[in-house]
Amino acid sequence: MIDKTSRDGLAPGFRSPVPDAQQTFRRLMDAFARPGTIVDLAAELAPPTSLMPAAAAVLLTLADLDTPVWLDPRLGGEAAGYLAFHCGCAFVEPLDQATFGVLVDGTDVRCLDGFAVGDADFPDRSATVVIQVDGLRADGGVRLNGPGIDGQAMLQVDGLDARFWTFQAGNRMLFPLGIDVVFASGRQLAALPRGIAAMAG
Amino acid sequence: MSEAAAVQSTGYNFAYLDEQTKRMIRRAILKAIAVPGYQVPFASREMPLPFGWGTGGIQVTAAIIGADDRLKVIDQGADDTTNAVSIRRFFARTAGVATTTRTTDATLIQTRHRVPETPLGPHQILVYQVPIPEPLRWLEAREAETRRMHGLADYGVMHVKLYEDIAQHGRIATGYDYPVQVGQRYIMAPSPIPKFDNPKMDRCPALQLFGAGREKRIYAVPPHTPVKSLDFEDHPFSVETWSKRCSLCGAGDSYLDEVIMDDTGRRMFVCSDTDYCAERRAAGHRGEGDGA
Amino acid sequence: MYVAVKGGERAIDNAHRLLAEARRGDSQTPELSLAQIDQQLALAVDRVMTEGSVYDRELAALAIKQARGDLIEAIFLLRAYRTTLPRLAVSSPIDTGRMTVRRRISATFKDLPGGQVLGPTFDYTHRLLDFALAAGGGGTEPVATQPGDAAPAEGMPKVASLLDAEGLIEQEAPDAEDASVGDLTREPLEFPADRDLRLQNLARGDEGFLLALAYSTQRGFGRNHPFAGEIRMGEVEIEIVPPELGFPVVIGEVTLTECEMVNQFKGSKTEPPQFTRGYGLACGEAERKAMAMALVDRSLRAEELGEEATAPAQDEEFVLMHSDNVEASGFLQHLKLPHYVDFQAELVMVRQMRAQAGAAGDTTDE
Repeated sequence: MIDKTSRDGLAPGFRSPVPDAQQTFRRLMDAFARPGTIVDLAAELAPPTSLMPAAAAVLLTLADLDTPVWLDPRLGGEAAGYLAFHCGCAFVEPLDQATFGVLVDGTDVRCLDGFAVGDADFPDRSATVVIQVDGLRADGGVRLNGPGIDGQAMLQVDGLDARFWTFQAGNRMLFPLGIDVVFASGRQLAALPRGIAAMAG
Repeated sequence: MSEAAAVQSTGYNFAYLDEQTKRMIRRAILKAIAVPGYQVPFASREMPLPFGWGTGGIQVTAAIIGADDRLKVIDQGADDTTNAVSIRRFFARTAGVATTTRTTDATLIQTRHRVPETPLGPHQILVYQVPIPEPLRWLEAREAETRRMHGLADYGVMHVKLYEDIAQHGRIATGYDYPVQVGQRYIMAPSPIPKFDNPKMDRCPALQLFGAGREKRIYAVPPHTPVKSLDFEDHPFSVETWSKRCSLCGAGDSYLDEVIMDDTGRRMFVCSDTDYCAERRAAGHRGEGDGA
Repeated sequence: MYVAVKGGERAIDNAHRLLAEARRGDSQTPELSLAQIDQQLALAVDRVMTEGSVYDRELAALAIKQARGDLIEAIFLLRAYRTTLPRLAVSSPIDTGRMTVRRRISATFKDLPGGQVLGPTFDYTHRLLDFALAAGGGGTEPVATQPGDAAPAEGMPKVASLLDAEGLIEQEAPDAEDASVGDLTREPLEFPADRDLRLQNLARGDEGFLLALAYSTQRGFGRNHPFAGEIRMGEVEIEIVPPELGFPVVIGEVTLTECEMVNQFKGSKTEPPQFTRGYGLACGEAERKAMAMALVDRSLRAEELGEEATAPAQDEEFVLMHSDNVEASGFLQHLKLPHYVDFQAELVMVRQMRAQAGAAGDTTDE
């Protein structure tokens, strides 16, 4: 009964969980494999307002009881309740214990230094951090190059703290260690894996 | 067949694996793409096909395949070898996806031991079945040791081995599963493809994923990523060549299988890539043995 | 011409039909029921459940029937089915001290509280083929119940605890209540592996492989001086604590065989001489498996106990990476798959090298 009441106010997750997760994953995988590529969400999703559909879709697709999640406190309790219910994930406060992190916006990215970067034997034991931003465009911004990119790619990220690019320069120096970043804007996604170099356009 | 129909006919989830397992594999695939050539450990499941028969490739395919994919499965380059047939049927049955034998029509190609002759495009994904993912395994049997070597990029042992080959045989005596270095960092096993196929991996526009089920590893080469076959300046890498052409289609640029014709040892050479050969014949190319 | 690899689909279909026919055998012979396998080939069912990692007698019986009695194939079938099962809950640790004991023996004490209970055992049978069974006879009279039989184990303390009271055996502190237990089917093994994962690996491991390894330690390849401290077999309750209830609920009982080996230990710089332990646990009646597991478990503790690890049974990576018969059988049998592309690469290479060697020879001749 208690569950029922709390569920009544809860926004729905994927309409068709199996194909929606598969489609989201394929697009996200494409974004990882071709950094700079901006992909559109295929699935319909209406998460609590502090969570963008694209960010929510990433977590619905990848997070579960095996993956501790760090949520930006500014996302609020409704977003946490939504993810706890639909993913069954546990939330952690220490950044370095999180498999996934979600930043409510890109205005302050100083916390990125706290996430796990893996170790030399297991560089895969590193966080994937979703940063919600105001907009993504492929026709300006920074020049990217590295694995997955044919020559170079351009990526303009609106609403992102300029310090992010300093962070990414350091993150890339750690390669093969480092965190992997996913930008979410509305229903769009772009990925910036650790090995990508970004230079001012 | 729709997803619901596929589930109904088999009693299993779409593409066999449960969603939690798919998520685990999907997370591993993203980390594999982020660290090209590094072998990500994953909790490989027991599949309904035996370990050693493509369970790694099958799990990777099952985690990425969708209803709008068109799947091609090859073994030794051929779509009609028994194990390729068996795996293709598995996905037709559990995922209800369309299958094809045409390389150009496929969105997803699962392979054992070959890279198709027809160049792959950016809309395609190549999934390799891998028996032994560790390129250093024959030089160092222990996982704890090889993991440390990769961590430190300490690959001296590999270079010594290749150099000894040259000293002893005058060449690097490895014909298949020829080691490569990905993006100037990790040394990687390309799976037992003939070294003839190694150059196709280099800066390939398609995403290449590798699944080793029994050894529980997934690794990846993102599109356009440099893949260098190990060699020495004075002994550059080179691939197999044949003095013959394909008896069926006349191709002189493809990998050839040698087929023994009779008990006097007469033999013919035919393309290992059956689709490539069929496409060439459809385009009017003929080899000397055609119609024999 | 070029027919060797053609017709794959039809060939597979025909092979499947032939297999079905061979499985059934002569249709004049009555077909086996799962109940018959469960009841009369019970130890085969036990082995398949243990190494298949699923406690379900009916499914194990089905797997044995489908596999034509090939137990490794049956284990494989059960494992593949296990992959598709959701994980609903994690049970509380079982308490074999509260087992309803059907067999309990100790080789270390002549008599002990609760006594020795032989139970159903092949021990002391003369291995003479019983032709009465062949004739379909072999009906047995019901056995008069002995006082100790099927007794709840309150009166049967564990032998290890008797030694423990005297401080003669190493202390084994239980993990914290909320400590997580590893699961190698959810996280791939890494080295060095903790003991929980080692034990899980051994429990799933091939009985023949463990038997041979255990035997090798008895013959001097990593000797560890074992005594069969206690072997007990019987029924144990499984409890879960549903979060909404907060107290344990019994969801069923399983038959288990447990073996605790007591091993001599000369002591180290930090530890006085004392006995150490090796542990084995298997589903159903699986005494050979549990004993072999206990010896190998003790062997794998060599490093922890400061012993020099020199023998195969003490080599963690060697043992754990090669114990799984589903993995081993699959990889061994994959050699049947076509390898002609690789073989062609080798042919080209060997021919080139021979040509080169021949050319070198010619030069010398001149």
